[in-house]
This record gives sequence, structure tokens and C-alpha cells, in this order.
Amino acid sequence: MSIHKRIADDMAGAGIGFVTTVPCKQLAGVIAELETRDDMRHVPCNKEDEGMGLCAGAFMGGTKPAIIMQNTALGVTVNTLATLTQFYRMPLPMLISYRGELGEPIACQVEMAVHTKPLLQMMGIPTYHLHKQSDVEELPAILKYCFMSNKPVAILTDATFWGGY
Amino acid sequence: MRRADILREIAPVIRDHLVVCNIGIPSQELHGIDDQPTNFYMLGTMGLCSSIGLGLVLVQDKPVIAIDGDGSILTNMGTLATIGNNGSGNLILLVVDNGAYGSTGDQPTYTGMRTDLAGVARASGCENVHDVPGAEAGKAIEAALAAGGTHVIVAHCESGSEKHPPITLDPVVIRHRFMEAVKA
Repeated sequence: MSIHKRIADDMAGAGIGFVTTVPCKQLAGVIAELETRDDMRHVPCNKEDEGMGLCAGAFMGGTKPAIIMQNTALGVTVNTLATLTQFYRMPLPMLISYRGELGEPIACQVEMAVHTKPLLQMMGIPTYHLHKQSDVEELPAILKYCFMSNKPVAILTDATFWGGY
Repeated sequence: MRRADILREIAPVIRDHLVVCNIGIPSQELHGIDDQPTNFYMLGTMGLCSSIGLGLVLVQDKPVIAIDGDGSILTNMGTLATIGNNGSGNLILLVVDNGAYGSTGDQPTYTGMRTDLAGVARASGCENVHDVPGAEAGKAIEAALAAGGTHVIVAHCESGSEKHPPITLDPVVIRHRFMEAVKA
């Protein structure tokens, strides 16, 4: 089974029924997998804070949501995470491509990579870093933990996890 | 006619429906005029009223009225493309267009100048776009509810706000009673 299908299966297995995405090269396989499935509604968004609004609505409508995004987007979602997701106590699994780590060819990606974990830590967001592909075995427990705690939870997936470029 | 006059006029029309209301003074006015458990008040997060409304409408069958503003739409203009391409629910997006950032002191927005939000909505793929004077907002919402589907209503009015106290309801209480209303 591909890692992309496995991730999507784990998301569906956690009861997630609504997924919004902003693409990243590392996430292309998962997004392509989402497009083939009818057990989760996939709604692409234009910007990650917009996507978090969609997820808040889906959650209040009774459907577990998730967002798939790149770590560079943390910069534009800090206010939404604080004043919507956290303030109203909503769960939100964030599957994040962790660009700017080992194997990164684009220097500018490193600039947000060095801020990624400090930003998440500063915001009190539980953060899990999947580095080896076998780390995906923890994904079902992470998703369960997210919906148990009603918090945004970050799942960072780096280039090594995705098998390089 | 100002935003609060529109809210007072549409209150009997929207009372029994799910409503997502924009941050700041619009939520304070709606809360003061006609607080309902079916109202979700945004206490922060500029720009995402229409997005919350769309997410809500895509996962359940009840119609949702998102009461947004011109300043808020301008800060999240991509929302009109997302709505225009995901029109499978009963979303009524009411944009109260007073050409001003009402919650911050009525500084002018670009919709009071050259920018036409109904035109942007049409160009973004939204099919049922209604450009109406504020006095016709209630009638437009009633017609949209009767027709079903996705509607964008741009209702024009003057800038200026009514004095209502800040909402002191805890956000989790607002969210909980709203979710109970969604399920009811």
C-alpha cells in the first residue's frame, strides 16, 4: 500500500469526513488520493486560514475535519488558530509538509522551517514530527488524541519521511 | 439605512435558521437585536465568516445564512471562488456592504470606490448573485431560502454602527449551543 493511501485510510479510519488542502509538492500524493475517494469530502481552499474557517464550519456541522498544508503557512494562520480553533476549542488535525529540512533544495524554505517548531510550541499546539516512513504507524493515535483533546494538533512530515525529492 | 437597520429587518426571517455572523460590531448588533442559539457569533478572526458558513453547509442539510461585510470579504476574497466552485449546499451569503470598516471607525473600504463585490462574486463562479439596496435584504433572503442552493446577496447601506455592548458569552458556550441547534 502506498504511504498516500495509508494516510488517507488512517484519516477516514479516525472518522474524518471533510478535508481541505493547499498543495505542496510533498503532499501531492495524498491530495491525489483524496480526489479518488468518496468517504471524505475534499474542498481545496485558496489560503490556509480560509481552510481553517471551512474546518470550523464542518466541525460545527457534525463532521470531523482536517487540513493539509505546508509549514510556511503557519505564518498566515497564527491568528486563526488562536482566535477561532483554540478560542472555541475545536479539534483540527493539521497534516503539514515540513519543508526546509534535510534534503531541501530551496534555501528560502529553511527560513520558515527554523520558525516552525518554535511557533507551534509558543502556541501550545501538540506537535508530532514524522521523520521515518515507519513513524506513520503513530498517525491513528495522533488523530484520536486530537479529537479527544479538542485542540489543533500539528503533524510535521519532512522530506526524509516522503522519501526525498 | 445602516447595518443595524438591516439586521433588525431581517431578524424575523433568519431567526429560525442557522446564522454565522461576522466579527466585531455586526455580531454585537445581532446579539443585541435578536440573540438566538442558532446564531454563531465570531468574536475574532477577521474574514472567515463566509468560510465557516460554507464548511457548515457542505456537511449537513440545513440552510446557513452567513452575515458578512465588505471589509471582511475583501480580506478573504478567495472565499468567493471556493463558494463559486462548491455550490452544493444551501448557503446564503449576505454581504452587508456599507463601504466601510465599521468595527474600527468607519474607515472607507474599496467597495465604496471602484470595487464591485457582486461583480467579483459572479466572476468567481457564484451563480445566484443579487445586488440589492439594504431595504430589500429581507425579501432577497426569503426568496433565496425558498429557491434553495447557493446565493450571494450584496446589500448596500450607509456606514455607521449602533451601540451594543461586547458579547460576554464564553466562546465554548456560543459554539456548544450552536452545535446543539445544528443537531436539533
